[in-house]
Amino acid sequence: MPGRPPVVLIVLGCLGLALFVVPLAGLVARTPWSRLPDLLTGDVVADALRLSLITSLASTVIALVLGVPLAWLLARVDFPGRAVVRAVVTLPLVLPPVVGGAALLFALGRRGLVGEPLNRLTGLLLPFSTWGVIIAATFVAMPFMVITVEGALRNLDRRYEGAAASLGAGRWTVLRRVTLPMIGPSLAAGLALTWARAFGEFGATITFAGNLQGRTQTLPLAVFVALESDRETAVAISLLMVAVSLAVLIALRDRWWRAL
Amino acid sequence: MIDGPGLRAHFELRRSEAFRLDIDVTIPPGTTGALLGPNGAGKSTAVAAIAGLVPIDQGRIELAGAVLDDPGTGVFVPSEARRIGVVFQDYLLFPHLDVIENVAFGLRSRGVGRDEARARSGEWIRRLGLDGMERHKPGDLSGGQAQRVALARALVTEPDLLLLDEPLAALDVTTRSRLRRTLREHLDGFAGPRLLITHDPTEAFLLADEIHVIEDGVVTQSGTADDVRLRPRTRYAADLAGANLLVGTASGGAATVGAHVFHIAHGDVAGPVLITIHPTAISVHRAPPEGSPRNAWVTTIERIEDLGERVRLRTGAPVALTVEITKQSTEALHLTPGESVWIAVKATEIGVESNDPTPA
Repeated sequence: MPGRPPVVLIVLGCLGLALFVVPLAGLVARTPWSRLPDLLTGDVVADALRLSLITSLASTVIALVLGVPLAWLLARVDFPGRAVVRAVVTLPLVLPPVVGGAALLFALGRRGLVGEPLNRLTGLLLPFSTWGVIIAATFVAMPFMVITVEGALRNLDRRYEGAAASLGAGRWTVLRRVTLPMIGPSLAAGLALTWARAFGEFGATITFAGNLQGRTQTLPLAVFVALESDRETAVAISLLMVAVSLAVLIALRDRWWRAL
Repeated sequence: MIDGPGLRAHFELRRSEAFRLDIDVTIPPGTTGALLGPNGAGKSTAVAAIAGLVPIDQGRIELAGAVLDDPGTGVFVPSEARRIGVVFQDYLLFPHLDVIENVAFGLRSRGVGRDEARARSGEWIRRLGLDGMERHKPGDLSGGQAQRVALARALVTEPDLLLLDEPLAALDVTTRSRLRRTLREHLDGFAGPRLLITHDPTEAFLLADEIHVIEDGVVTQSGTADDVRLRPRTRYAADLAGANLLVGTASGGAATVGAHVFHIAHGDVAGPVLITIHPTAISVHRAPPEGSPRNAWVTTIERIEDLGERVRLRTGAPVALTVEITKQSTEALHLTPGESVWIAVKATEIGVESNDPTPA
């Protein structure tokens, strides 16, 4: 018969769990349930929700298109300075987002290193635009994609790719029919993590893209503003974000646990 | 399809400063050659080179009259363009594809249309007795089924060479001996050259026409199973041969090997059998032994090898066997080559397993 778990562990574990549960309970307790439909269908909230969905999905797609090749290079090509590149890629995970936003501003702003010539040549101005929101979200979220996929590629038994080659498959066929499907669960986990991080992004966005309703004001920014003026709306938006995030995590939970 | 001169692989490959692979193997069509060696001898590297997964440094690999790799002339046919069917160690069936998709993979990769690829794959699946398994994923297959799927996947593309890398290593002992028999049939059904890579002497002795013993990257002996077993050229080959492995016929508690009859403890086994006798299970005597051994006969000592504390003897007619006894016994018995002695083995010490080629 398995022994009873030590009491100390139960107590500490429950305290840890409480740290997650209590804020959620606080949120639910303060929710004005009867006014919820009205609060969530207001202009500000609708704009922010639409913008959040568009920008978080766009940055997830960009992270997929750019992050998977980056992960592949990091996992498969032994180039000089690989360790440094990996550190740079991981940096946004530990960097305060506001610092990331400031760095983006210095690089891509009107007088930035890249932003200035970009503006001169194309007239494009990234800060305080919806593209700015997408770039900020991609900056903080793409590391999740790169790290998850790189790990999966490293753990993949490469003999399967050799087996595919011996069966007449060229490089692209091997990638398309063997490599990517075999890392599928990790790819899904990477997508979920990346999207969740982009959906919740705040600091880099407000620094780099500002807080303009309908253009750069995503849900987290709307919460921040509403906390000052309209607490009930803030609670309603928060609850909405919890619900959406939770729904995505639950939908992906099987693949999630297998891949991580 | 196979009119060429089979496989001819004569090459060198430096895997690192310390390790060099030097192979010279020829396998005519319709025969099986085995590369037999311990782990780390370079067998996997040889597979990779022949399959085109790594280029060779020197020499040449030819298959069915065409050059696949020759650094001297700059020819290198990439893996996907070589007509080699490989059954990999652990089979490496694609876990995300079902059985028919696994089998059809080679045809699809070579541009065969979906319907035709499915039809041809289905035919091989039936031929290997896997009917009804088409939609199963590799994770749901037994070891024997997985092996057959791997064979079907390798054979469906009608390759010029069938390459088997430790095809039985992934199986438990019982399944292994059963599948060894069916594997023999499948090998015989393939008209081209067959290359078997193994560390298991039993597998090599039973499945191959010619055995190439590989040690530290070098082929140290090539010959038939009997050549290697009875005239081992190296210490490793001698150790391999240490296990006495005989092919015979059993009926009613007796097994006949050539002209010799063994009394065996397996009264219920009949038909073709594989007989194994451990070298230490055999005793040597100056006079007819007394007591329980039911198998005792007179033979000649052909050779005596000193192994340190033990001594290894080779006996001659009626059955060539390897015997290991302690040094003290050898000295007490004053054994010298050429002498006649009695040897004995208990019926219970004789391993007998069915070698009937029909699947159990």
